[in-house]
Amino acid sequence: MNSRPSLRFKPQSTNVLRNWLSISTIALLTALAGCAASNNQSQTASSPAASASPAASSPAASASPVQVEPTGLLAQVLSRSKIICGTSGKVPGFSFVNTQGEYSGFDVDICRAVAVAVFNDPSKVEFRQLSAAQRFTSSQTGSIDIISQTATVTISRESTVGVAFGPVILYDGQGLMVKKNSGITKIEQLAGKSVCVQTGSTTILNLTDQFRKRGIAYKPVSFDDNNATFAAYQQGRCEAVTADRSGLVSNRSKLPNPDEHTILDIVLSKEPLAPGVKQGDPQWANVLNWVVYVLIQADEFGITSKNVDQIAQSTKDPDIRRFLGLEGDLGKGLALKNDYALQVIKQIGNYSEVYDRNLGKDSPLKLERGPNKLWTDGGLLYSPPFR
Amino acid sequence: MAIQVFGFKNALGLLRDVRFWRIVGQLFFVLFLVWLGTTLWHNLTLNLQKAGIQIGLNFIQSQASFDIGERIITYSPTDSFGRALFVGFVNTLRVTGIGMVLATLLGLVIGLARLSDNWLIEQLAKLYVEVFRNTPLLLQLFFWYFAGFAKLPSIDSNTPPSSLFYLTNRGLALTWVSATAATGIWIGLLTLATLIAIGLWQWRRWLRIERGVASRTWLWAGGAIGLGIILAFAITRASPFEWNVPRLNATELEGGLQISPEFTSLLLGVTFFIASFIAEIVRAGIQSVPKGQWEAAKSLGLKPGVMLSKVILPQALRVIIPPLTSQYLNLAKGTSLAIAIGYPDIYFVANTIFNQTGRVVEVMLILMASYLGVNLIISLIMNLVNYSFQIKER
Ligand SMILES: N[C@@H](CCC(=O)N[C@@H](CS)C(=O)NCC(=O)O)C(=O)O
Repeated sequence: MNSRPSLRFKPQSTNVLRNWLSISTIALLTALAGCAASNNQSQTASSPAASASPAASSPAASASPVQVEPTGLLAQVLSRSKIICGTSGKVPGFSFVNTQGEYSGFDVDICRAVAVAVFNDPSKVEFRQLSAAQRFTSSQTGSIDIISQTATVTISRESTVGVAFGPVILYDGQGLMVKKNSGITKIEQLAGKSVCVQTGSTTILNLTDQFRKRGIAYKPVSFDDNNATFAAYQQGRCEAVTADRSGLVSNRSKLPNPDEHTILDIVLSKEPLAPGVKQGDPQWANVLNWVVYVLIQADEFGITSKNVDQIAQSTKDPDIRRFLGLEGDLGKGLALKNDYALQVIKQIGNYSEVYDRNLGKDSPLKLERGPNKLWTDGGLLYSPPFR
Repeated sequence: MAIQVFGFKNALGLLRDVRFWRIVGQLFFVLFLVWLGTTLWHNLTLNLQKAGIQIGLNFIQSQASFDIGERIITYSPTDSFGRALFVGFVNTLRVTGIGMVLATLLGLVIGLARLSDNWLIEQLAKLYVEVFRNTPLLLQLFFWYFAGFAKLPSIDSNTPPSSLFYLTNRGLALTWVSATAATGIWIGLLTLATLIAIGLWQWRRWLRIERGVASRTWLWAGGAIGLGIILAFAITRASPFEWNVPRLNATELEGGLQISPEFTSLLLGVTFFIASFIAEIVRAGIQSVPKGQWEAAKSLGLKPGVMLSKVILPQALRVIIPPLTSQYLNLAKGTSLAIAIGYPDIYFVANTIFNQTGRVVEVMLILMASYLGVNLIISLIMNLVNYSFQIKER
């Protein structure tokens, strides 16, 4: 237990330096990116012409004349042959790097699903570890293609920060965690106490609002790193730590004695978490949206990674046949392969499978589905129709 | 004809004149910089426009709506982003200012220890310098914070309800003075007494030099101050201040002088780090004073303290001050790592703001301007100090 904090030195130190570096280079990069940007423009400018004559440009795929040509970011991603995905890497269940350097988690699987849709290969993703504060700057400047990092959808992030969020993948709320033996059960008991919190998040704003609303004085202690925040809490610097409830459960699993900590009943805010892309590229945004919807819709159809091949062979249901790309050309309209949904389900699974193995009953976290059930089961998950 | 030949010769002369080419060279360099600047600016605005990012400083007036844990000027979440930035800036200045003083003192001590005749002291000073100079500041901050402060006793049932000082993992609390109604009168009278004392001192000195009478400067000056104290006590019939003893309220410390672990860790971090460089600068400066000066001072029979302060240091300072300035600048910049250990400096505030507003470019510019401003002021003061220590021709 004593060696733990020192083990964390390295990631933390690189992280802060990287923060500084990346954020201070952004201005420079944006300035220097002039030539690259004009290249993009010529690409985008030429592509409508290409898509206007699809038969000429892709005779092989011209079984149907509706195959849309990739433009903008999708074209760039294809030529780069990998997706760059921004994520944390420090939050078990969402994105975590194991000792072999392999990423796993809910956020990670979203990026993998997009990689399957685009390349038919879940390994064609490069993950970039970001802190909560770096997430949107990285997406804004285009240094990542997708941001999949426990990000809450908010109006200002879409309007002024310039993120285009995809569908919500987890309906969450902010919570407070305290040590069991502190005897604290209500937020009012935190009056005058210190609360550890991570900057660059909605968390710090909700915390301020909630205490202001109740007229309780408290002392925020803010860090820019997830691990530092929880290390400070664990070592007794703060009476409580606040984050998304799922994030609390996840980080609690990393503490030496998870059982000694308890999450208060109070929910401080609504935190609908969603992946996002940079605004201004509808085609790429559509790819993200309709990959996420595939996970949800597959769940509703009862299609899983195990039975998808069999269903594809046997089904007569035109809805399902269209969904899996056996007829119609929904995938082509997204500038993807027509059977992208089938591949995503086969290689990644449906929503329940992804949830269960990362956060739910098959994971160490054992998080309740709560509102994250299908609308047909009284939850909030609802995919628009595939047609 | 003659004129033309003359002109021709002149032109040729110009081409052969190295001064001419220097000017041309500089001219081209300036043009290049201008070109580079305008191109970068053009690209920046173009790219920002393309990314749909607006540029402007109006957001500074919008409501911050986040809290800042530690501050020495008033602030509430309903204040503006500008105010929040200022709070962070003051926090940065606080660490920078105190750090500069402490690092200088520590650096001076270690630098002198490096020159000590005592082998053990010299080796310890050397060890200090090598350890602190050769490890990254960020690592040292984590060390002070997570291995240092966090390991201090936590507040629990064994913590005394009241104590002259507390040293816990929630911070330091010291007994401090707090002002009372009498404080103002005391300060006023004592200031007056001090002024009178200085005047009396000068007068007695003048008397001794001019008239040769026994001066007794200390007696006169001390008498004035003593009278001031008696008078102040007679008027207020109270002590000038009250002791403010820290106490425990449930699980948080109250009263006294509270110093947070974040502030202390950052202060210790930058102080110990920069002091290791200053120590080397002090050592080099002192070693640059010719041996003859030491010998001359010794042969005059000066005591070691006087020798150091009147003969050696004034000469060493000429060598010390310019590199010392650089270390002060490094210290100011080094405080920007504060966010790693949760101290709300200006970078922390900026970080929070651009996350909330997406205004990376503007906030970055404000940040740069702030650090530039602090450092220009430090440079300016140090240049004045440097100037006053230079050898003056008489
Ligand atoms: N959902 C909130 C909070 C997100 C958040 O802070 N997540 C933490 C984990 S709970 C994180 O991503 N930390 C990344 C890191 O510092 O590595 C938001 O979008 O602002």
